[in-house]
Amino acid sequence: MLRYTLKRLLSLSVSLLVASIIIFLAIEVVPGDPASYMLGINAQPDTIAALREELGLNVSAVERYVNWVSGMLTGNFGTSYTYRTPVVDMIGDRMWISLPLALYALLLSTLIAFPAGILAASKRGSVADTLVMGITQLGVAIPNFWFAMLMVLVFAINLRWFSAGGFPGWDGGFWLAVKALTLPAVSLALPQASILARVMRSALLDTLGEDFVRSARAKGLNRRQALWRHALRNAMIPVLTIIGLQFSFLLAGAIIIENVFFLPGLGRLVFQSISQRDLIVVESVVMLLVFAVVIVNFSVDIAYALVDPRLRRRS
Amino acid sequence: MTNMKTGYVIAAAVAIALTGGAAQAAKTDIVIGLQLEPPHLDPTGAAAGAIDQVVYSNVFEGLTRFASDGSIIPGLAKSWEISDDGLSYIFHLNEGVTFHDGSAMDAEDVKFSLDRARAEDSTNAQKALFADIASVEAMDLATVKVTLSKQNGSFLFNMAWGDAVIVAPESIADIKTKPIGTGPFVLSNWVQGDRIELAKNPDYWGSAISLDKATFKFISDPTAAFAAVMAEDVNAFMAFPAPENLPQFDADPRFKVLVGSTEGETILAINNKLPPFDNVKIREAVAHAIDRQAIIDGAMFGYGTPIGTHFAPHNPAYIDLTALSAYDPEKSKALLAEAGFADGFTTTLKLPPPSYARRGGEIIASQLKAVGITVEISNLEWAQWLEQVFRGKDFGLSIVSHTEPMDIGIYGREDYYFQYGKPEFQALMAELNATTDPAERTSILQAAQTMISEDYVNAYLFQLANTGVANAKIEGLWANAPTQAVDLTGVSWTD
Repeated sequence: MLRYTLKRLLSLSVSLLVASIIIFLAIEVVPGDPASYMLGINAQPDTIAALREELGLNVSAVERYVNWVSGMLTGNFGTSYTYRTPVVDMIGDRMWISLPLALYALLLSTLIAFPAGILAASKRGSVADTLVMGITQLGVAIPNFWFAMLMVLVFAINLRWFSAGGFPGWDGGFWLAVKALTLPAVSLALPQASILARVMRSALLDTLGEDFVRSARAKGLNRRQALWRHALRNAMIPVLTIIGLQFSFLLAGAIIIENVFFLPGLGRLVFQSISQRDLIVVESVVMLLVFAVVIVNFSVDIAYALVDPRLRRRS
Repeated sequence: MTNMKTGYVIAAAVAIALTGGAAQAAKTDIVIGLQLEPPHLDPTGAAAGAIDQVVYSNVFEGLTRFASDGSIIPGLAKSWEISDDGLSYIFHLNEGVTFHDGSAMDAEDVKFSLDRARAEDSTNAQKALFADIASVEAMDLATVKVTLSKQNGSFLFNMAWGDAVIVAPESIADIKTKPIGTGPFVLSNWVQGDRIELAKNPDYWGSAISLDKATFKFISDPTAAFAAVMAEDVNAFMAFPAPENLPQFDADPRFKVLVGSTEGETILAINNKLPPFDNVKIREAVAHAIDRQAIIDGAMFGYGTPIGTHFAPHNPAYIDLTALSAYDPEKSKALLAEAGFADGFTTTLKLPPPSYARRGGEIIASQLKAVGITVEISNLEWAQWLEQVFRGKDFGLSIVSHTEPMDIGIYGREDYYFQYGKPEFQALMAELNATTDPAERTSILQAAQTMISEDYVNAYLFQLANTGVANAKIEGLWANAPTQAVDLTGVSWTD
């Protein structure tokens, strides 16, 4: 287990290093000077030069890369060009929306997907199975931003149960904040739950056909008992993989949903920063997201090893 | 029957009690939606119009200021005297004005603010406004003397810009996040990415304001903006980004639609030095190929005023020159043939993000196609547009709205992106700056408008409309936008 963990840690560090280089280079080649953008069309050349100096843009690319990486290692992500506040504070603020939103959506997604998938698999071919398969097919097909707009129309504009978007902040009360995140979380969760339910169902069906389940049945367990005691645990590997991928996706991929509900999360921060050429923010947030994805994958790898002893022994 | 009636009466009484209770005191807080969030709150350190939208006349004030009709009225300076040679201005400041930190605003602060804006290392986006200042002198605590190096007839106008507001020296270090101004509102909270909250300044020197609290909420997506207004999450949305939704608001008794003018001349910019556009006949052919009304209807859903020159129609000096470039595709084809391009030619049309450009670009492309000019459209982000079109001058055609007030002077700048800079025009601008007599200024401005219109420098499309939507009970919001501001000083709820 230790060697397995160490190997995973090594590949994690390499991924991060490579990612940092790629991100930096990609941002370097993006056209558009941040200082010119900020000063607009009436600015004089000497004013732009003064601002470039102030932003620290007039040093070589290598120097900037080294400054950026060494800064990050010490927890200093630099200062936003446009907002002029430390990037780490901005990320910190936005994180309090994006992270709870991703967790909320993931929770909803698993709460829907697990029972639905297990139900469909245990009663294969039944009306319930057909229903689950039909609804999840729809859930995968509907784009989440469209579903989000539909929900705004129904629950915010017509019924007035929720506001159309925005976030009051956690200091405004826990339930108020949860309420503000509910519509976004549901719209994010719907397609994820559909995918997850389908994966759960097929993984369960696969394991239900395996020899060890047949042996369990031969020993006298009924189908239900065999499913709960043996098949479920073995079906968890593909399900965990999907959950891991989904969490990374939910954290980084909520850009459109954050725009629909005008939530000040990480996705919108990246989106805004790209158009404002706030390159230091883009670099740092993307790097952070890469870090999150890598860590999630690492945890999933470790989780595999926990549910599947063979992986531990093999290494 | 009787029971039912009694039920109604009780219900009605309860309803009256409830609504009556709420109606007793008029609301004193307002939530205003805006599309763009300011990057920071220092109007003297960036071009972003979003900064002025939040702080202009609310948090910061200048010596003079714009009124809603675009005229210049006294601000921190209650009056001024101009010397006969037009070179020195003596400003008399209002007394008893304090900054939000409690310190007094006096002549030294004015000197500091103007000197800072024109300094060598200044990052003021409109540094040119201050270029003619030779010196600023504090004569006593309430009197400032500004000496110009040459006459500048627009000096009082220049001092009304958000870029010329008076700031406190001790607040500069943190001004971008903690703006300390003299205005009727102080910044109380900024949740970056979401909203900015302003609270009433109890020590405000000027006339009383009726709002206690104002929140600016930033919603960039047009669909989300629509939903926020419909769900009444915001009480008003200024510069509403989706004109197609305005008729729906207009039909809803809960809302009123504000339609006014802006300082945004929307033009089809032409690269005057790039062949074949260096030939005036070609530029004239482009102008006649364009049906302005079709663009206003198609791209702006009818909101916008046709213009025939680079000047705002609501300005008294404006002259209507649209006839010079009337829609006439036959004439356009004839001009192309005369210039040796009977079979037309191909050029680029580079479009920045706003919808007037993206939607208008499609319409213009098809109109030009009809006379034989093929355009290759490329959609650019602002930063790319600035680099390629504005600085690189690598374009044939582009669509952009010039939102700075009274900016006809850009036609005198040779290196400006559309590359006109005709010496005769420069002479007109020099004459304008040396003239303070209003009637003479008007005639010079009109000559300038005619010159660029007759030279077909650009194809002039329309004056961008200022469209907003507000709760029907809100009074006092600006319909026009002489500068990008949401002036809250006169805003109140009617009940």
